[in-house]
Amino acid sequence: MVQSLDRLKESPSQTAGPYVHIGCTPNYCGIEQVFPEDLGSRMLKEETRGERIRIVGRVFDGVGTPLKDALVEVWQADAAGLYPSPQETRGKADPAFTGFGRSAGDMATGEFVFETIKPGSVPFKDGRPQAPHVTLWIVARGINIGLHTRLYFGDEGAANEADPILARIEHRSRVATLIAPKTVEGGIATYRHDIFLQGEKETIFFDI
Amino acid sequence: MSGGSFYQRDRRWHPPAYDPGYKTSVTRSPQKALIALDNTLSEMTGPVFGHDTLGPLDDDMILNFAKDGEPIGQRIIVHGRVLDEDARPVPGALIEVWQANAGGRYRHKKESYLAPLDPNFGGCGRTISGPDGSYRFRTIKPGPYPWPNGPNDWRPAHIHFSIFGQGFAQRLITQMYFEGDPLIWLCPIVSTIPDKAAIERLIAPLDMANTVPMDARAYKFDIVLRGRRSTLFENRMEGN
Ligand SMILES: [Fe+3]
Repeated sequence: MVQSLDRLKESPSQTAGPYVHIGCTPNYCGIEQVFPEDLGSRMLKEETRGERIRIVGRVFDGVGTPLKDALVEVWQADAAGLYPSPQETRGKADPAFTGFGRSAGDMATGEFVFETIKPGSVPFKDGRPQAPHVTLWIVARGINIGLHTRLYFGDEGAANEADPILARIEHRSRVATLIAPKTVEGGIATYRHDIFLQGEKETIFFDI
Repeated sequence: MSGGSFYQRDRRWHPPAYDPGYKTSVTRSPQKALIALDNTLSEMTGPVFGHDTLGPLDDDMILNFAKDGEPIGQRIIVHGRVLDEDARPVPGALIEVWQANAGGRYRHKKESYLAPLDPNFGGCGRTISGPDGSYRFRTIKPGPYPWPNGPNDWRPAHIHFSIFGQGFAQRLITQMYFEGDPLIWLCPIVSTIPDKAAIERLIAPLDMANTVPMDARAYKFDIVLRGRRSTLFENRMEGN
């Protein structure tokens, strides 16, 4: 026998189920008397620094049907590349930016939408810059453990080329699943980012 | 507070993405391997929610939707601690909960179970763990309900939990079950968890020491989030 490490095991995950919106976006699903607004529904204030952008997309299952019961969360740095977190030691993030967003897929189309700003660059562990990116976390009925992925920006070609995480991906044809092309819709830069849970276009998901 | 990267997640302890016993997972499970990503600041940081986020009744599902009376059902208190894998308390963790009413019916457009809605029960609540990681909320014990998977599948009584730790890598959604419920061992969603010991970690024991006599029984449910390395000896390459 050796000494014990005395570690606990993480609580095991369970699916968020079909009614995740009751707990996470109750106002969106018609329970309007409990919380004044849904958590993560507003990432910006008027004074938030940075370029206004919109991130939109859908989550598709293995037969090409968009999920209408998914919940997507984003976590991102501010325009200067700083996170609003006590773990952020490089400076103080924009107090007018939450960095956190949460969107229920539209009940008819499944589309999720985030009104946010384009994040600045955040360093990799060794200090090299990472390309600007947004972390996404996806849960839904049928997803047994939340899926982590990233969105990189289609108009950041050179930065994406040099990104240390994208560079490590062995199957180069899959890198494109993390890069959202830019369009301009209604005068605002819009990054359209569909997520594919399975199949030929399966999005890269990370074990972080 | 140590701010290093998180311990690797033990994927064999969690349910696999694909489990044919839970039919919806079949087309919603990634089939390619997850790609390992060393934690960067993007994973080690996470949103912080202050107590000012909360309203006075957010942790009281008996009262937070009550209209012309209190909801029907067994009054309970759910309490416990949020810890990390090193058994350190996780303070400031936002916990969101949702559940069916005493009859097993959710307040949701897509809900089709014939059990009645309770006009005084909404089914959502939230709280934030204290400095010692402790949390509590008050609610009505949810009922079990049938669901379309097999021809006769029933969910055991359960409360859904969504938890934010200090880093986005700790993000977790899970479910709490109740001691003594025979449906736990028949449920295809519970059974997605491969290890019986892991399932037992989601079953809250009745806690008679913390009941409120003549009012509410208590169930104790501790939650463990991923632990993190000390930054002290973390390898850093030249140039930063
Ligand atoms: Fe449920």
